[in-house]
Order: sequence, then structure tokens, then C-alpha cells
Amino acid sequence: MPKVLPEPREITTVPRISDRIFRGIVTTGGLSTLAILALIAFFLVFNGFEVIRDEGLRFLTGFDWMDAIPDEGIAATYGIGAMLYGTLVIGLLAIIFGVPIAVGAALFLSYYAPEWIKRPMVVVIDVMAAIPSVVFGLWGYFILMPHAEYWAKLIHKYLGFIPIFDMPAPAYSRSPFIAGLVLAIMIIPIVASISREVFAQTPPDRIQAAYALGATKWAMIKAVVFPYGIGGVIGGAMLGLGRALGETVAVYTVLNLVYDIRIEILLSAGGSVASMIVNKFGEADAIELRALMAAGFVLFVVTLIVNFIANAIINRTARRG
Amino acid sequence: MINEENREMRDSMSKIETTSAASSGADIRKEVKPSSLASVAASHESKSKSREIRDGVGLEARGIHAWFGKKLVLEDISLDFAPGTVTALIGPSGCGKSTFIRILNRMHEFIPTAALAGDVLLGGKDIYGSGVDVTKIRLKIGMVFQKPNPFPSMTIRENVLSGLRLAQIKLSNEDELLESCLLRAGLWDEVKDRLNEYGGALSGGQQQRLCIARSLAVNPKVLLMDEPCSALDPGSTLRIEETIRELSESISIVIVTHNMQQAARVSDYTGFFLSDGGPGKLIEVGSTSEIFSTPKDQRTLDYVTGRFG
Repeated sequence: MPKVLPEPREITTVPRISDRIFRGIVTTGGLSTLAILALIAFFLVFNGFEVIRDEGLRFLTGFDWMDAIPDEGIAATYGIGAMLYGTLVIGLLAIIFGVPIAVGAALFLSYYAPEWIKRPMVVVIDVMAAIPSVVFGLWGYFILMPHAEYWAKLIHKYLGFIPIFDMPAPAYSRSPFIAGLVLAIMIIPIVASISREVFAQTPPDRIQAAYALGATKWAMIKAVVFPYGIGGVIGGAMLGLGRALGETVAVYTVLNLVYDIRIEILLSAGGSVASMIVNKFGEADAIELRALMAAGFVLFVVTLIVNFIANAIINRTARRG
Repeated sequence: MINEENREMRDSMSKIETTSAASSGADIRKEVKPSSLASVAASHESKSKSREIRDGVGLEARGIHAWFGKKLVLEDISLDFAPGTVTALIGPSGCGKSTFIRILNRMHEFIPTAALAGDVLLGGKDIYGSGVDVTKIRLKIGMVFQKPNPFPSMTIRENVLSGLRLAQIKLSNEDELLESCLLRAGLWDEVKDRLNEYGGALSGGQQQRLCIARSLAVNPKVLLMDEPCSALDPGSTLRIEETIRELSESISIVIVTHNMQQAARVSDYTGFFLSDGGPGKLIEVGSTSEIFSTPKDQRTLDYVTGRFG
């Protein structure tokens, strides 16, 4: 006789009224963030879609940003290729300069710093995150730039044979290199504090196991702390990258916007979608404004993609940790 | 089985109670029949006596005092660990056994407020001496922890060989070492076909034996084990006890355990720690059969017969 299995029972719980109210509040909160995000995306697409439709893929790849000149019969062309490229370059530079310093600071705070220096330093790093970006911009322009120009000259002198350090003209100020440095300093706090938090969660029994096998502190960090914390560090770096890609005012202050794709990072010519929007916004006519909205939408999508990639990396590495 | 032992213990205890009124302390001990633990201990003592003293490096603790902050937690512990022997440290919770064993390979100093007085001599040299490379000390004095802690980011193979990487030791025949360590830890047959799987995929008992294999790979002279079986099932415990007996052929082992049967089964010598609310003290140390049958101190007798603890 075949065995007859019973149907699984339906298990229900009736929440109390207070619980239902609370559930309503948090559900509203959760859904409204999604709704706001969707509305912003809709707003950008709604305003920008004409330009995107007219320009097509050229909007992403084109270098020209010109208003129509009706008298001469020239139609408007809008392309953010150079700005998009420039955004990625300075974002990447910010990661390259900023993440090692941030991870170093996090390791120092977690494993090397004496107690008396630890607390003040954590506070200082948090304060750094609270400095308005325009201050970073001004500081970068007046204080950092003179030094950075000198460093750029040194890099060019000794590594000029590498194409990205080549200089067609001796214009070292307001380069992607300098913008990258300013952005690096701006993303250090967030990367450092996320890294420090994941490093601090490293299971102590693994740390002890490494020490008990005769590991030096550095060997222990390589064998235990990094494998455990790498997902968090990458996540922090991606959040930093998200901030760097969207950063507007500071970049606008220290970067010379040029509608051209140049691989020379030391040269005074760069691009940034966000800064371009600020640059053009004040004097834009109706059509150009739509183009700027479209540019904003592209920036929005790029940032979303970066975050998705970050999540994928974190999830993949976290599973083994 | 365990129930039977408990009954025997109870029997011997009631005997103590009935006779203690009439007799002096020395007489009591004569009258007490060896508990089953004592017979377990005695059963392998013949083996250990017949063993020659192997060449190896002994470990000696001299006048160890330890503090956490201002609180004295260990007072004047002196204990010798001869080469090729297994020494069990027993005693109730909070008596400082774990603190003591962590002092023996300088893990004590990782606790921020920990302080220490006394000497620990490895082969006659003080491991706390100035100019001593602490990482080299920990290579010679390995440790296995209460909770199995393989590195989850490493495969079984990488775990066993991790000590070499961590201490930057280069070796040509890593495969040989891998096999011999896993064999000695009694894990080879179970994992030889999956050396490239992650260590976290093993069962708790297997993970602990992986940790033992890992600590053997750097060729320690002494192996410290801090309640290595307390998180494991009886089958895995038995397997690890066999491993300990086999390992004691070549290295000295110090094992902290709450399980007195385990102490009786695996150790040649037993030290009994006790704290009366103050610092932990070493009440008595002797051959395991002696500690479990005719201890010199009444408190030891009370503890090993299960009267408290």
C-alpha cells in the first residue's frame, strides 16, 4: 500500500493591532525610499528622453556639447562621452589613492594603535566625513594644488615614457590627477570606517590560531584579517567610488573641464558629468536643460551599476568568510 | 558505563564519610579503594613507565604569578613537563588552568591588562627573556584551542600548511609533510580525497583534528591543548584521545580538561588547580594513577571522586 502523506497545514498568525500599526509605519518608510528613487529616475527620463532619443548612442559616445545656432542652420549636438570618461578616470584615481590609505588607517586603528590614540583618531576620521565638499574643493585648489603640481612634474620627469604620464603641454594645474587626489581624501573617511568595522569583527579565535602558529602580526593580518574583511573593504571602496562619481562642487573647483578624451592624467584637461551639469545649469536654455537631465540620468545609472557590482562582490566573498 | 563509574565513585565516597570519623587522614587513603578513574589511569601507566625517556625538550614553569589588571589570578605555580609525556591540568572552572596554559606559549600577553611574574623555561631558556623572538617560541610550543578554528578561507591542504606560510618557512616536500601531519592527527583517511575542499566543510571533530594537524606541521616540541574535546561528541573525543596518545610518542603534551575520565585516560601526570575565590593555585601534581587513587591532598581527593567541581 503506498504511503499517504498529509497535506502540509497552512500556518497563520494574526498579529496584534499594535504590531500591525508598527508594521504599517515601517512598510511605508521602506516603500517610500523605493518610490522616491523611482520618481527621481522617472523625472530624469521624462525630461531627458527627447535628447536621448534624438542623439541615440551618440549621447554616450559624442564629445560635442553645442547649442543650436539657428542663424547658421546648425542643430544642437549633445554628447557626454568625454565627461563620462573623465568621471570614471577621476573616480578610479580616487580609489587608487584613497583605498590604500584608508585600509592602512583602518589596520593601524584595529591592530597597531595604542589605546590613547585610537579614540581621538576615530573621531577625527568621522569629522573628516562631515566636512562640506566645497571646503575640500577650496582646500584642494589653494593648498593641495601647488604641491600636487610639483609631484606631477616629478612623475612626468621619471615616468613620462608611460603614455598616461605624458605631457603635450606644460599645464599641470587643474588636472584629473589633482581632482583624483581631492576625491581620494574625501572618500578616505567612509572607506576607513567601514574597513575598521569589518576588521574589528574578525573572529578572535582565528587571530589566536594564527598567532599560535608563530605568525607575525603582518602575517596574521594577511592570513586572517584580509580574507575575512576583503568583502567589506571592497564594499566600502565601492561606496567611496559612488561618492566620487557623484561629487560635484569639489571637482568643479579643482578640475578644468574639457570636452575631449585624453589619457594624460597629469594634463590640465578632464571631465566630470556632475561638474558639467553644475557648470552648464545656470545659463542653459530649455533644450540644453533636457540634455543635462539626460546626463543626470546616465550618472544615476552608472552609480547604480557600481553599487550592484559592489553587492555582487561582497556577496561572493562573504560566503567564504 | 558512565553511570556505573559514578556509582563506584559514590561508593568510595560514602566509604570516606563513614570511616573519616574514626581514622586519621592517612588511614582513610589506605582504605579507599581505587576509583574506576584510578584503575583507568593505572591501566596505561605500565605502558608509560616502560617507555624510555625520549630526547626532546622539556618545559618548566617557575613561580608563575599572573594578574588581570590588579586581580591576582594565579599564585606561585611551578610545574615541570618532561619530554614525551602527557600532563593533564584539571580543576573547576575559573581556577586559572586556561590562563596558565596560555602563559606557556605567550598567548597570555594578548589580553590587554594581563601581567605576569615568574619564568617559563623551554629547554632551559626563559621564553619571556628579553631578545626572545616570540614567534619562534610559538612555533616550538603549539596550541590547540577549545573551539575548532580552521581558517575558513583556506582549503584543508592550505590549513595544514598554513603554519609554514605564516612563519615564512620554505619547504620542498610539502606533500609529504601534509600527509604525515594528517596521518599523525588521525585525519588522513577521511580527507585524503578532498584536500582541496574548504576546512569549514568538515565536521566539528574533523575540524579539531585538522587544527591538530595544522599545529603539528611546524614541528613543535610541545603541544598545548586547551579543552580540545569540550565542543565535540564522544566519538570524536575518543578519536582525538587516541591521537594524543600517539603524539605523545614524539612530543610533550599539556592538556587542560574538565573531563576527569579524559585526564585519567590520556595523561601520564596530572596537576590539580583550585581557587578558593582568590588566585588559582596548584594544589597537587603527581602521576595520574596516584592523583586518581591516592592523592596527598584532601581537596584533590574530593575533586577526583566527584565530591565537588
